[in-house]
Amino acid sequence: MSGPPSRRPVITGVGVTAPGGQDVKEFWKLLTDGRTATRRISFFDPSPFRSQVAAEADFDAELSGLTPQEIRRMDRAAQFAVVTAREAVADSGLDFAALPPHRMGVTVGSAVGATMGLDQEYRTVSDGGRLDLVDHTYAVPHLYNYMVPSSFATEVAWAVGAEGPTTVISTGCTSGLDAIGYAADLIREGSADVLVAGATDAPISPITLACFDAIKATTPRNDDPEHASRPFDASRNGFVLGEGAAMFVLEDLASALARGARIYAEVAGFATRSNAFHMTGLRPDGREMAEAIRVALEAARLAPEDIDYINAHGSGTKQNDRHETAAFKRSLGEHAYRTPVSSIKSMVGHSLGAIGSIEIAASILAMTHNVVPPTANLHRPDPECDLDYVPLTARELPVDAVLSVGSGFGGFQSAIVLAPPGRSGT
Amino acid sequence: MTTATWVTGLGVAAPTGLSLAEYWAATLAGRGAIGPVTRFDASSYPARLAGEITGFVAEDHLPSRLLPQTDRMTRLALATADRAFADAGVNPADLPEFDVGVITASHSGGFEFGQNELRALWSKGGQYVSAYQSFAWFYAVNSGQISIRHGLRGPSSVVVSDQAGGLDAVAQARRQIRKGTAMVISGAVDASICPWGWVAQLTGGRLSTRDDAERAYLPFDDDATGHVPGEGGALLVLEDAGHARARGARVYGEIAGYAATTDPRRDSGREPTLQAAIEGALADSGVEPADIGAVFADAAAIPELDRVEAEAIAKVFGPSAVPVTAPKTMTGRLYSGAAPLDLAAACLAMRDGVIPPTVNTRPSPAYDLDLVTGAPRAAALRHVLVIARGHGGLNSAMVVRAVDPSAAADH
Repeated sequence: MSGPPSRRPVITGVGVTAPGGQDVKEFWKLLTDGRTATRRISFFDPSPFRSQVAAEADFDAELSGLTPQEIRRMDRAAQFAVVTAREAVADSGLDFAALPPHRMGVTVGSAVGATMGLDQEYRTVSDGGRLDLVDHTYAVPHLYNYMVPSSFATEVAWAVGAEGPTTVISTGCTSGLDAIGYAADLIREGSADVLVAGATDAPISPITLACFDAIKATTPRNDDPEHASRPFDASRNGFVLGEGAAMFVLEDLASALARGARIYAEVAGFATRSNAFHMTGLRPDGREMAEAIRVALEAARLAPEDIDYINAHGSGTKQNDRHETAAFKRSLGEHAYRTPVSSIKSMVGHSLGAIGSIEIAASILAMTHNVVPPTANLHRPDPECDLDYVPLTARELPVDAVLSVGSGFGGFQSAIVLAPPGRSGT
Repeated sequence: MTTATWVTGLGVAAPTGLSLAEYWAATLAGRGAIGPVTRFDASSYPARLAGEITGFVAEDHLPSRLLPQTDRMTRLALATADRAFADAGVNPADLPEFDVGVITASHSGGFEFGQNELRALWSKGGQYVSAYQSFAWFYAVNSGQISIRHGLRGPSSVVVSDQAGGLDAVAQARRQIRKGTAMVISGAVDASICPWGWVAQLTGGRLSTRDDAERAYLPFDDDATGHVPGEGGALLVLEDAGHARARGARVYGEIAGYAATTDPRRDSGREPTLQAAIEGALADSGVEPADIGAVFADAAAIPELDRVEAEAIAKVFGPSAVPVTAPKTMTGRLYSGAAPLDLAAACLAMRDGVIPPTVNTRPSPAYDLDLVTGAPRAAALRHVLVIARGHGGLNSAMVVRAVDPSAAADH
């Protein structure tokens, strides 16, 4: 096929707000130390709930540079997004003020939007659930922004001065991968030259605990919070809720090279498929996730053997960890057994829509440092999970191409392939 | 040459009609469906009118097991998806397993479902929260439920861009078709007419507080004071042109062009960006302003926003140089669902050679707009522009192109 040389989306800036660390550096230290940030919930009294454990971010909005009005109008998840976007922008070294605003876009993934804000506001306007006809005179003026989380993306757009395409991608727990897939497409097709993209969620709120309690998705291991998230372990019994954000600067390879930018990785391939099976259940054969992986590799023009590390979804539910183990074998064949696989949810919990982007951050840091983060708390692997899950201790090895996957309520199965620009393509 | 994306099926859920024929007849007749809120007692709130869908009986469309796990907007969306596939004459289960996707927009998820569970939580306790809350309220629910009902395993997604989202979803669907997916059902169905949704809408500051249904939502009128919320939307079956041709599908039109922009903050001193979105959509379609036969306006009915939209249209097309309409004056604003419903109307307008009217508005002389009011206007339409805008300065624009029957035939 002829035509202009194809544009290639690369990541040139990264920011992370995650449990156990304020920025990218502290995040990476936590992961490579194999420490966990899962604790008994401190935001409110969790004792009425079955699962009382979460990974909370140590985040101070004012110290993070937000103005009083920004703090007032933004839910915690939006605050994460803006602060983390600023870190990514600074890291990129790109002079945003010099860029044409209409060539810059924003894509933010979020599964559950402003859950904390909505939960608290409902409690107030209903006077503790007493009023069916909730009282509008008690509503905060920015409740509309909580209702419609595209406000997260417009806040980021205003913060960085972007006037191009701006949207939120909300595909449950694959939002953080899907947002980067979306942003990469905008670069590729030429709809924008620079994307500030990533994902955020701040779901640690009573309504979230209640809804996951009801389906026993979260772990009841309240007596040992620090070791509560146990992906791939035989004793795993549910995920641990987390919160946070990761944001990136994406641009075209040619412009990144021209300005001598540090290039973390190319978004070489991405695909998403649906299981069309169940809103929360997974078919054990991993068929749709395997298909997403196959298509993502094909888009990256890489073979299974090229993958050096798999950053797993690894939520620590019984069904998920078997499902994706099956998907890796189905898509990568024998190579699945030779490839280190790990789940950082063992350390930072599962921040729903945000975690896909946080895991992309972990993946590109693994490429940068040639170190694979471990799966913490993995002492006794489930016999049905028989791959190399890098238990307990980080591992040094050359990491070029990384596969990261996600699986979400609604049946979404996504896969992203990250590689050095020279690696993918021809 | 990139493949073309054709619209081959339409399903609508509008306050003015749940079938395509009923909706289109009401739209051409200028028959509005705005009235007092009946779903709850709105008398204590400053806004009391809505465009409600009446006569939808979920039990007639869905198995009983789906009822406790679905918000009203999801029930409407599932029934709308059924109609869209039926209209396209396709059973997606007959296609190869990864060939059909679903990409919807959402404005506020299953807000009423969320309201009921929040009430259970705070009045009775966490153990009273539904086992379905974990997905029934969230923004991705319609895509998930539609994929399950029709066995759609292709690329699926959900965008949230306030009231511009419906066009962004269709654009994302077109991307997937260009990458090789044969068919994607796309659009949006929204509904949040419940006390909690109402209170949240009120804080957006754009609701009309009038009680006269004919003087409440008046875009481009000197008397504009905000909008009336409605519920519903549309889902479109989008199909790779070659695939549609091979199966002899009836074609409503082509998704020919799209662009999206974001306005800077009002205090930035910079100009709004809607004009750039319109120009971008035209450029993406490869057409000139003179090729556009009609514009379906966003029609915010907030004076400042009306002015911005009227100026952008006048700058691109010339003063009063293109017919402009806002049939959403009959339904109220359907949030993410509004623009997909406008896309459906645009397809039908091209088919029948007629521009549906804007009702109730007396066009203000302050705007250089040729607003179609009163009777529908006959016009041979080759290209129609649809504009959608959202809070936070989101602007999206999309061009739909007529497809010649000879091009649609299998040669």
